[in-house]
Amino acid sequence: MSEKNECNENNGTKTLQKSFFAPLLGWKALFEKPVTIRVPKEQREAAPRYRGFHINDWEKCIGCGTCSRICPTDAITMVEVPDMKQEYGMKPQRPTIDYGRCSFCGMCVDICTTGSLRMTREYIFYSHNPNDFYYTPTEKGFLKREPSEIKVGWTRDESSELLDLDRILPDTMESPERIDSFVEFVRTYSKEQAMAEAARCVECGICVDRCPQHMQIPEYIKSIWRDNLKDALKWLLKGDENQDNLGANPLSGVCGRVCTHRCEEVCTISHRGEAVAIRWLKRYIVDNVPIEEWNDIVGFDVPEKGNKIAIVGSGPAGLSAGYFLASMGYDVDIYESMNRPGGVMRYGIPRYRLPDEALDKDIAFIESVGVKILTGVAVGRDISFDELKNRYDAIFISTGLTLGRSTRVPGSDHPDVVQALPLLREIRDYLRGEGPEPKISKRVVVIGGGNVAMDIARSLARLQQIKYGEVNVTLTCLERTYEEMPADLEEIEEAMEEGVKINPGWGPKEVVFFPDEDKIKGLKCVKCVEVFDENKRFNPKFDESQVSYFDGDMIIEAIGQAPDYSYLPEEWKSKIQFVGSRILTNNLRQTQIPWLFAGGDIVNGPDIIHGIADGYWAARGIDEYLRNVSSNNSSAN
Amino acid sequence: MGEMKLFFGPNHPGLHGNFSVHMYVEGDTVIRARPVPGFLHRGFEKLMERRLWYQNLALIPRICVQEPDINEACYAMAIEKIAKVEVPERAQWIRMIVLELARIANHMWAFGGVGGPTGMYTSMYWSVSDRDKVLDLFEELSGARIYHMYIIPGGVRKDFPPNFEEKLVKLLDYIEGRLPEYETFILKNRILHTRLRGIATIDTETCLRIGVTGIGLRATGVPYDIRKVAPYLFYDKVEFDVPTATEGDALARISLKPQEIRQSIRIIRQVLEHMPSGPVNTKIADGNGLRIRVPKGMAYAMVESTRGEYGYLVVSDGEEKPYRVAVRGASYPQGLYGVEHLMPGTRIDDVPIWLDTMGVCAPEIDR
Repeated sequence: MSEKNECNENNGTKTLQKSFFAPLLGWKALFEKPVTIRVPKEQREAAPRYRGFHINDWEKCIGCGTCSRICPTDAITMVEVPDMKQEYGMKPQRPTIDYGRCSFCGMCVDICTTGSLRMTREYIFYSHNPNDFYYTPTEKGFLKREPSEIKVGWTRDESSELLDLDRILPDTMESPERIDSFVEFVRTYSKEQAMAEAARCVECGICVDRCPQHMQIPEYIKSIWRDNLKDALKWLLKGDENQDNLGANPLSGVCGRVCTHRCEEVCTISHRGEAVAIRWLKRYIVDNVPIEEWNDIVGFDVPEKGNKIAIVGSGPAGLSAGYFLASMGYDVDIYESMNRPGGVMRYGIPRYRLPDEALDKDIAFIESVGVKILTGVAVGRDISFDELKNRYDAIFISTGLTLGRSTRVPGSDHPDVVQALPLLREIRDYLRGEGPEPKISKRVVVIGGGNVAMDIARSLARLQQIKYGEVNVTLTCLERTYEEMPADLEEIEEAMEEGVKINPGWGPKEVVFFPDEDKIKGLKCVKCVEVFDENKRFNPKFDESQVSYFDGDMIIEAIGQAPDYSYLPEEWKSKIQFVGSRILTNNLRQTQIPWLFAGGDIVNGPDIIHGIADGYWAARGIDEYLRNVSSNNSSAN
Repeated sequence: MGEMKLFFGPNHPGLHGNFSVHMYVEGDTVIRARPVPGFLHRGFEKLMERRLWYQNLALIPRICVQEPDINEACYAMAIEKIAKVEVPERAQWIRMIVLELARIANHMWAFGGVGGPTGMYTSMYWSVSDRDKVLDLFEELSGARIYHMYIIPGGVRKDFPPNFEEKLVKLLDYIEGRLPEYETFILKNRILHTRLRGIATIDTETCLRIGVTGIGLRATGVPYDIRKVAPYLFYDKVEFDVPTATEGDALARISLKPQEIRQSIRIIRQVLEHMPSGPVNTKIADGNGLRIRVPKGMAYAMVESTRGEYGYLVVSDGEEKPYRVAVRGASYPQGLYGVEHLMPGTRIDDVPIWLDTMGVCAPEIDR
């Protein structure tokens, strides 16, 4: 008895003492509704967050494949969709889910870069055919309903986000600090910054398709993330070795600073966040591997082929073509009219964006591969084009855009109305200590809305600050908004931070002079109401009634550049086909003259990375041409 | 009469999970027993070494099907220890709610479990249908009924859905109202008493020797509970008791379950009072879900599951995948050593009761 009491105190359930009627308690269940659900008569609605079958908005989906990469059970595969429109920033593929494998974890939804993939509250499906469980999600859902009838279940929200949307910015000098010097104001990433930024990449490769040179971006970013810079450098300089070095970029140090980074425009992360800083990551690699190690890491070991190739112009396209040709075993001579190699990279882009040391590092490596650069030798002046033709087996011309365009408004023939390009050249020579000080006025008006206009405006702002202690640069252009201006928004913002006054939407009318004096007072402009006509052709329209006046004693024209073909003898020039002022080539950059190849700005317009790609394709074209020639010769013998 | 070998399982109505015991019997009595695990071996621990830190979240709930949250919590807490990450306060409180709800659901399931071997099918119908109400709430919270995949390294995946707290309170009230009925109708039932009293008795010394924790140990009078002896989350900030019994038999273990449910309800009510608003997770490393890397290190995290101490040892070599994950399944000691050393002497028809009330869970033994 005492034992029983103890149990009672303990937990109250150890005893069988209970009411006589207790068994009747269970009878009340007779009057309750059954808890079971009689499918299909009764349907149970899933919770609003339910992780059921998927839906995918094809309008939003870009086929990046991130869902298939996170999938823990490998249930998602990317399947090519026929007849899908092909455009940059998109892949013609869509996720297909095997519901035999899917674990309905919802990570594909949480990591979806565009937010197109979601889950529904649908969960009942049966079939005897296993193939029915393969499903390419569309807006209609697995059960093929009208999109309006589908109840959405699990969706991504801020807390379930699996992407890292915020870019890590490199350390940058603020505008008051940078305005009185030409020191590069964006610093390279630290190791921690670079690895954290590299960890944001999802390896989709959409950037690779967009890059004119198809650089292997996900690969080198992954190598940074793994802290293997040697491997990363190899990806930069050798590209994909299984695909004839496609994606190699001998000017990675340059592109890591001043590339137009089309890759970042299409970066999948940019759909919901900030694009991965591909350009700064590239620069991080180049800046952090000592040049002495480059040859050991990259090293080309190919037999010499014996053919000689001449390249005219040592800009991006020329250097790139030289690098790839030399790496194939050809004997390459680059002719450069200026005293230093590099073309626009040396003489156009200001030093605060691309310092000489960075360019020298890249060029030194290109030379170490076997490219000879003959500086101060102008084709047409010091050596004739026909002599080149006789001495070499093939010629690649990449002479760039060296002539400035003039507005031709009244008064623009005054000596204080100058072209941007020659002035940029003078400024860079002056900063290197190789030239006299260029004329720096206290008040400057720049005409033009492109990157060259920004470069000259920002260079002059710095020189003014150094010389006079204050900035007075006014920039005006036809385009009416910052977005419409061809310059990068980043450049425009930075220029304004540095004190450049930007007045978009004005067309120059005439140069105003002081009365009775041969001295410029300023620039008179009229309102520009339209820059491009319906056919998207450049055809500005002005409203003459709205007039503006910009004060300045020096006017810089930066409204575009033109090629100079004066070195080409008429005999050859007449055989080449032109489109406007650009040379028409085939895919391998071959002109209508079989031994003459062309690339760079004179073929594809001003862009460094396009020039590098031209160099690559021209090298392959020249290689193919020379091999054909030699096989023809041997078969003729 | 000579010795005879009988197979119990892997398929048997009195057994949950594919686990087998080879019984050597003389007459009705088991004289030797050999556990035969491995029917549910899917190589979880090895698989985890080949998957990303985040991808493992879809795998680990499967190590204990009825109570998946303990896996998620241990895994997350071990990683947080290695990465030295401070989890937001709200996330910790939410985790406590999830873990306690999981305890309630699993105790209910155990009630259902004892129905099979004893023939008390009412208990099975009642408790399993009531457990379903807990699963409904899990579905609201995490989007899935069984494999919640809700607790992640750094916090939980999402905050409460709208009106969740009211629904939770309503459910707690309901379960609390049902508990007296369980006790009167099931625990005071003569069949159950006759079948369970004095069966599968285990003493404190044996428990400690082979490593039985949880209800098995508490039923012998030792108030050992990880939530008390090594508090994790905010268990040191809430009040609750550790119910114990002295008999150490099957009946004592089953009788402790409703009391444990009461304590869980008490904890959740306190959590709801304490819970602040705020973020529910934090990043454990830079980068997206594909590129999470946990710093080099090793950590063991344990929680009190319904069957005892449940723990994960996580080793990271600083890469994007775990170097090693080892799971301490709570029923490992009783399922393997227990069967071999303690089961002899039991009658054949008591073997299912032995396995059930000891809480032998096949997948966490096999892993």
